[in-house]
Amino acid sequence: MYGYLFRRLLGTIPVMLVVAVFIFLMLRLTPSDPAAIIAGDNATTEQVAQIRGQLGLNRPMIEQFFIWSGNVLSGDFGESFFFKKTVAALIGERIEPTLSLALFTILIAVLVAVPLGVLAAHRHGSWIDRIVMGFSVLGFSVPVFVVGYLLIYLFAIWLNWLPVQGYQRIAEGVGGWMQRLILPSLTLSVIYIALIARMTRTSVLEVLSEDYIRTARAKGQNERVVLFRHALRNAAVPIVTVIGLGVALLIGGVVVTESVFTIPGLGRLTVDAVLARDYPTIQAVILLFSFVYVMINLAVDMLYTLLDPRIRY
Amino acid sequence: MAEPVLEIANLAVAINGSGDRPYAVRGINLTVGANEIVCVVGESGSGKSVTAQAVMGLLPKNAMQVETGSMRLQGEELTTKSDVDLRALRGTRMAMVFQEPMTALNPVERVGDQIAEVLEVHTDLDPKARRERVLEMMRAVHLPDPEQMIDAYPHQLSGGQRQRIMIAAALVLDPALLIADEPTTALDVTTQAQILKLVKEMQGRKKTGVLFITHDFGVVSEIADRVVVMQMGRIVEQGPCEEVLRNPREDYTRMLLAAVPSMTPPKRSPVSGPVVLQTEKLFKTYGKRSLFQPRARIVNAVSDVSLTVRRGETLGIVGESGSGKSTVARCVARLVEATSGAIRIDDVDIASMKEAKFRPMRRRVQFIFQDPYRSLNPRRTVGEAIIEGPMNFGLGRKEALQRARDLMAVVHLSPDAIDRYPHQFSGGQRQRICIARALAMEPELLIGDEPVSALDVSVQDQVLKLLDEVRRRFDLAVLFITHDLRVAAQVCDRIAVMQRGFIVEQGTTSEVFAAPRHEYTRALFDAAPGRNREFFAAKAADMAAEAVVPGRPH
Amino acid sequence: MADVILDTPIAAAPVKPSAAFRNLARNPGIMFGGAVIAIVVLMGLLAPWLGTIDPTAISPIARNKIPGAEFFQRTDTGERIKMIALFGTDGLGRDIYSRVVYGARVSLLVGVSVALISVACGLLIGVLAGFFRIFDAIIMRIMDGLMAIPAILLAIAMVSLFRSSVLTVIIAITVPQIPGVVRLVRSIVLSVREEPYVEAAVTLGTSTPKLLWRHVLPNTFAPIIVQGTFICASAILIEAILSFLGIGVPPEVPTWGNIMAEGRQVFSLFPHNIIYPGVFLAMTILAVNVLGDGLRDTLDPKMAKRV
Repeated sequence: MYGYLFRRLLGTIPVMLVVAVFIFLMLRLTPSDPAAIIAGDNATTEQVAQIRGQLGLNRPMIEQFFIWSGNVLSGDFGESFFFKKTVAALIGERIEPTLSLALFTILIAVLVAVPLGVLAAHRHGSWIDRIVMGFSVLGFSVPVFVVGYLLIYLFAIWLNWLPVQGYQRIAEGVGGWMQRLILPSLTLSVIYIALIARMTRTSVLEVLSEDYIRTARAKGQNERVVLFRHALRNAAVPIVTVIGLGVALLIGGVVVTESVFTIPGLGRLTVDAVLARDYPTIQAVILLFSFVYVMINLAVDMLYTLLDPRIRY
Repeated sequence: MAEPVLEIANLAVAINGSGDRPYAVRGINLTVGANEIVCVVGESGSGKSVTAQAVMGLLPKNAMQVETGSMRLQGEELTTKSDVDLRALRGTRMAMVFQEPMTALNPVERVGDQIAEVLEVHTDLDPKARRERVLEMMRAVHLPDPEQMIDAYPHQLSGGQRQRIMIAAALVLDPALLIADEPTTALDVTTQAQILKLVKEMQGRKKTGVLFITHDFGVVSEIADRVVVMQMGRIVEQGPCEEVLRNPREDYTRMLLAAVPSMTPPKRSPVSGPVVLQTEKLFKTYGKRSLFQPRARIVNAVSDVSLTVRRGETLGIVGESGSGKSTVARCVARLVEATSGAIRIDDVDIASMKEAKFRPMRRRVQFIFQDPYRSLNPRRTVGEAIIEGPMNFGLGRKEALQRARDLMAVVHLSPDAIDRYPHQFSGGQRQRICIARALAMEPELLIGDEPVSALDVSVQDQVLKLLDEVRRRFDLAVLFITHDLRVAAQVCDRIAVMQRGFIVEQGTTSEVFAAPRHEYTRALFDAAPGRNREFFAAKAADMAAEAVVPGRPH
Repeated sequence: MADVILDTPIAAAPVKPSAAFRNLARNPGIMFGGAVIAIVVLMGLLAPWLGTIDPTAISPIARNKIPGAEFFQRTDTGERIKMIALFGTDGLGRDIYSRVVYGARVSLLVGVSVALISVACGLLIGVLAGFFRIFDAIIMRIMDGLMAIPAILLAIAMVSLFRSSVLTVIIAITVPQIPGVVRLVRSIVLSVREEPYVEAAVTLGTSTPKLLWRHVLPNTFAPIIVQGTFICASAILIEAILSFLGIGVPPEVPTWGNIMAEGRQVFSLFPHNIIYPGVFLAMTILAVNVLGDGLRDTLDPKMAKRV
């Protein structure tokens, strides 16, 4: 098990390397010149050249890559062109709202989606099944920001139950923190619920046709136990997998949701950085998100061993 | 006899929706007495499993339901019972064992818990008492080291052990009726013999009534007190085992019995044609240890296999699953690459030849696969399948199509059928098409990898006869892979017995069957179901006589 | 021995290809999805004739009108004409109805081109990876790396590189979709090459290109069509997201995302700026998704097990 964990960790190195090379090349091959952006509109050619030298942009590409990745590994993501502070500090400031939002969302999504999926599979073909499936297609189709504005309009403007936008740090009071997280989390969880409920349904449905379900019934076991003890346990691996893979959707959703609810998190930072062509920040944020995504899916792989005794490494 | 354990009267099960028939079974009348084993025999689609599921109340919910008739368990009517009442009976008074021990156990739950589940549902025993009872039951079904095994997961057990777990779970509350649905079909022959013995022993212990479903008359002859023969959802014939096997009244029963291959090989004259295939010290290993996986498993699928096949001769490779018999065949056809050793086709070593260089020789070696449903491309017509090979070797489309038509006649199919798609043919017909496709290449060596094991026994018989016919007609060398000794006895000139990658015994079929030398071969023979039955011996004599009749029509 | 008896009679006539189409037509999802998409396509094509005005025309006196509002506008010749803003107007006085109708064009263009390009690239790369071991390791490492970057993030990063245009957006959305197609195609190729009928073709001496063309590729078509449909839906969605964030198609181009981006600031007062394009966007994506589900159920029932 530990040997496997170690090997898998080694296995993430080439993946992250590809990510790093890709991000590095992408931003170096861009037609716009970072030095010119920093220097501003009124800069002379000499000033731009000087900045180029400072940034090391006149060195060979390979050398630049090694310097950059060396810095990244030591936690130095450079300095933001736009915010005029180190990217590491910037990310440190912005991480709490995003983390809160993501965890809240996953919690809501799993608690709602798994029971819905099981219910739909159990009542395969019934109106409950159709409603769940219909909701799931709808959830995939309505853009996050449309859901967000609908919820704002309904709960914040019309009913006036919750604050419209903004974020309050957890240190300033758990009550306010939660109050301001409810709408964004609900918004973001819609697509995630759709995804997980659908997978749960498919997976449980498939397991329900297995021979050992018939065996359990032949023992005189009642349906509820058959459903939860035998079916859900066996359906867990694909469900957990999709929760892990869905983190990609979640990250995309965070970017949008934070913009809609004006939450000062990493998602909002990404958009601001792109609008300002703040390349060091863009690089760092993408690298960070990708790293988190890879690690979550590694954790999911590790979870398999607990869920299924057949999987041994 | 006292009241029967199970009494089915005039049972009809309807199939919902548009099937090829409105009833899965109809007019079923049968009884199972206490301490009696009743075998229900039939080919696929005969409705034998549906009958069993109907008794248990486990028919697929939306697809089928009992329409008329009655089923009484110890005098109690089952058809009118509610779901809750039926559930209370399952596991306590009637229990079931299924075909696939590999899939019938929950893979993520310990086997002990799965036996205990029955106790959990139907009794008030506390966990400790349950564990005691489970251990007792595991000992009763002769599982080794129950204290250890009770906490094992299904995948850690062999197929035979899993079936023992299933039987233990079924019998833990001593039900009056045990339904066994092809419980040994998925098992190797030696394991099958052990499980059959166990079923008989357990049945005698508590005088359980057993409804045993099978397609194999060999199994029937081993275990049945009475036999019920089913065909297309109806009972054709039933009676005491001896009577039905010796003096079948119905044509269908007679046909089924006649199609069961005999364990006595017919007389064959030795073949002295030129050697077509020769393998020498053939090895195939799977898996490789590397820096990153120092403990990776290495499997020696084939070890030190040397054999020869001559023109006009059939060499059978016999063995249980995992013996490496199919791997040998796949190495020879170059579907996998041998690890070391020589494979000579007409004295040319092809074992390590480059694919491009070997391709021109592919014509000489042709392959028939086990699964007739997957060995033809569903998107291409039968004609296209047959002409593909010859056209690869430069034959014009028109000539190739003509050859395809001729070969369809050779395999006893209508030449006009070449424009049809594979799904329009039955399994047996598809296997004929595959034979035609192979013959279109005018091969020297024909390899059959379990070519009849997916077929019903009556169809199996026809395909075997066809294979023998084309061997003679085209003077082919045949490498025939099978797990079934009875099939090997009928079609092979010589056989090689494989175990764990090695050939343990090799000789002419009559020699090996008359006096097996290796202990494993003897075990295989002892385990073959129905080996001691007279009716088979009598039939074998007929067959042998038939085989020497000269001038048989081709 | 008598002639061998056929075990069952040979089935009647071959299945006509038209039967497959009838199956498609019988699926309610395909019918509904297809119909809605057809309407949206027609709307995009016939936009100039659907009572629209120039969707980019700015009019200071017509700013922030609510849906159904009537007002008078002076034309170039000095004539006063009565206008009805069916869906209202935005902060620059542009007609939302016209912008929504024209917006269908960009959404469909992006959806269809992303689907086609990513499927074509994915098919090619996937077959290479699935059938030729040498390419497999390298290709799949690169794909794993690309897949590790969340799709929207990668698209956002890519649009930041070039001047914003429809083409940039298409490329930025296409690239993150390719690895998924590659994986799908590769997994199909890997499983199909184990099929006995493919092995049979090998023993018949069929060359590798023919083997791929005849026996392997046809198996990828149904899943690829289904996958392409889902990609189309998510491309439309991502385009709207990019535009909404202000980093997609240039703001003057009428797209559903741009209209909503414009409406964000005044949302609490004039929600119609978001609601109308939002409804059209959601309906279109829903229709494509429902079509995809229907196609999957009829063409490729096995795929239902994947997500």
